[in-house]
Amino acid sequence: MANKGWDEFEIGAMLRSFDGVAATEIATTHQEDRKYSPSNSFTASVADWRIEKPIFNKDYCIDCQFCWIYCPDMSIIARDKKLIGVDMDHCKGCGICVEVCPTNPKSLLMFDEHTDEETELAQWPAKDEKEA
Amino acid sequence: MAFDKMELRDIEVWDGNFAAAQAMRQCQIDVVAAYPITPSTPIVEGYAKFQADNYVEGEYVMVESEHAAMSACIGAAAAGGRVATATSSQGFALMVETLYQSSGMRLPIVLNVVNRALAAPLNVNGDHSDMYLGRDSGWIQLDAYCPQDAYDLNFIAFKVSEDHGVRLPCMVHQDGFMTSHTAQGVKTLTDDEGYGFVGDFKPMNDMLDFEHPVTHGVQTEEDWHFEHKARQHNDLMTKVFPKIQAAFDDFEKLSGRKYNIVESYDMDDADVAVICMGTSVETAREVATEMREKGIKAGVVGLRVIRPFPFMQIQEALKDVKAIATLDRSNPNGAPGMLFNEMAGCMYNLETRPMLCGKVYGLGGRDLTKAHLVELYTELQANVDAGKITTPLQQFIGVRGPKLSFL
Repeated sequence: MANKGWDEFEIGAMLRSFDGVAATEIATTHQEDRKYSPSNSFTASVADWRIEKPIFNKDYCIDCQFCWIYCPDMSIIARDKKLIGVDMDHCKGCGICVEVCPTNPKSLLMFDEHTDEETELAQWPAKDEKEA
Repeated sequence: MAFDKMELRDIEVWDGNFAAAQAMRQCQIDVVAAYPITPSTPIVEGYAKFQADNYVEGEYVMVESEHAAMSACIGAAAAGGRVATATSSQGFALMVETLYQSSGMRLPIVLNVVNRALAAPLNVNGDHSDMYLGRDSGWIQLDAYCPQDAYDLNFIAFKVSEDHGVRLPCMVHQDGFMTSHTAQGVKTLTDDEGYGFVGDFKPMNDMLDFEHPVTHGVQTEEDWHFEHKARQHNDLMTKVFPKIQAAFDDFEKLSGRKYNIVESYDMDDADVAVICMGTSVETAREVATEMREKGIKAGVVGLRVIRPFPFMQIQEALKDVKAIATLDRSNPNGAPGMLFNEMAGCMYNLETRPMLCGKVYGLGGRDLTKAHLVELYTELQANVDAGKITTPLQQFIGVRGPKLSFL
């Protein structure tokens, strides 16, 4: 954002998410395709805030959308009501998606940030018979 | 949801607290979030009763502290509602962090501050310590001298604070107990007149405007913070006084009651003047009149607007005076006193630089008597006659023990 003078911006510690875009347009456009205002933080990565990361295993997902609803950072990417992945630029590794996932075994699990995804998917935990 | 209107007599016998609560009712506030503290409790208690009795269409939020009260007010104001609360003293002190948030976020909140001393020692009575604590917080500060003022200034506060050219929160101060608990005749507005004066709330950048998503309360560092603070100061310095004056003018047309940014009393030909705030203004006016019968040309300058500080208006009011005393009702704790300092700033570059001395008085609810003021005016006249200040610059009035003076 340009370095404006004290008299050149809107008052208040307030930032607009979108400049001159109709709300209906926002609602019908995917996150990555929206026209954000320069002050919006969509393009800023906060991936390095994360210590643990969620890994998504689509084999067990029932597309209940719980993770999508509960994620506080809108980092669950869903298309046509199906979970397709996690926005790793904005996920802060809070683990709420894992907590609310109802499947057995869970379709999302937390791992150390540097864990290899393919390896973990290959050794995904089996169904917990005690829970079932 | 419908709410009932209240029939008021033209003149009601109200104390300052109830007058403020009635004004808040008539302004129809969307959210009041409050935590009670003496002596301001009856304001929010009275308002809560109006709400419970269906005289108000709004939310009343009981919170766990004054910090939470102002935080809830900030949230409600950012969401886009008319918001107000009240507090005093220790509660005000606990609110301070959030006071800076609300002004920096440019949220129009009205805060009734019933002035009370700050501990320690613990004290529930009136002085201006809490008012002084808020003076750098970026709020507009209006000062009531009596219950009528406390009623009227609430309407002014909403009108000015919510103006889109201002968007700064506003405190309405009244003296604890002397104003807040002393019943006097208060001339009322009808509900329609009162609400008509402040008008419907007009949101700005509100979070409930889903068509235009905004983020409130952002972080800025060395790259932006200074510009935001400069903007806020600029707007306090240049935009607030015209709006206050316009609101005073409109209010006079509506009610016949005239308020001024600086309340000058007998200042046209005054040689000596006292500058003070709160209930002391009325006492000083009475004494000034009596001093004139004794041949001393005495006047009084009352501050109606404390922040922004009416630098130019004060200069104009005091340019022909020979000797001035400031009355600070807050312990300066190692300085001459806020009013003394501000006045010195006002007067220093005047060609007719009046003699200036400062008094500290009334801490913890200690009375300022007429005898104190007679002595003060007499001393100011002695300075005028001698052509120089004959006493120390700072003196304590009404404290027991050996005479206490400095500088």
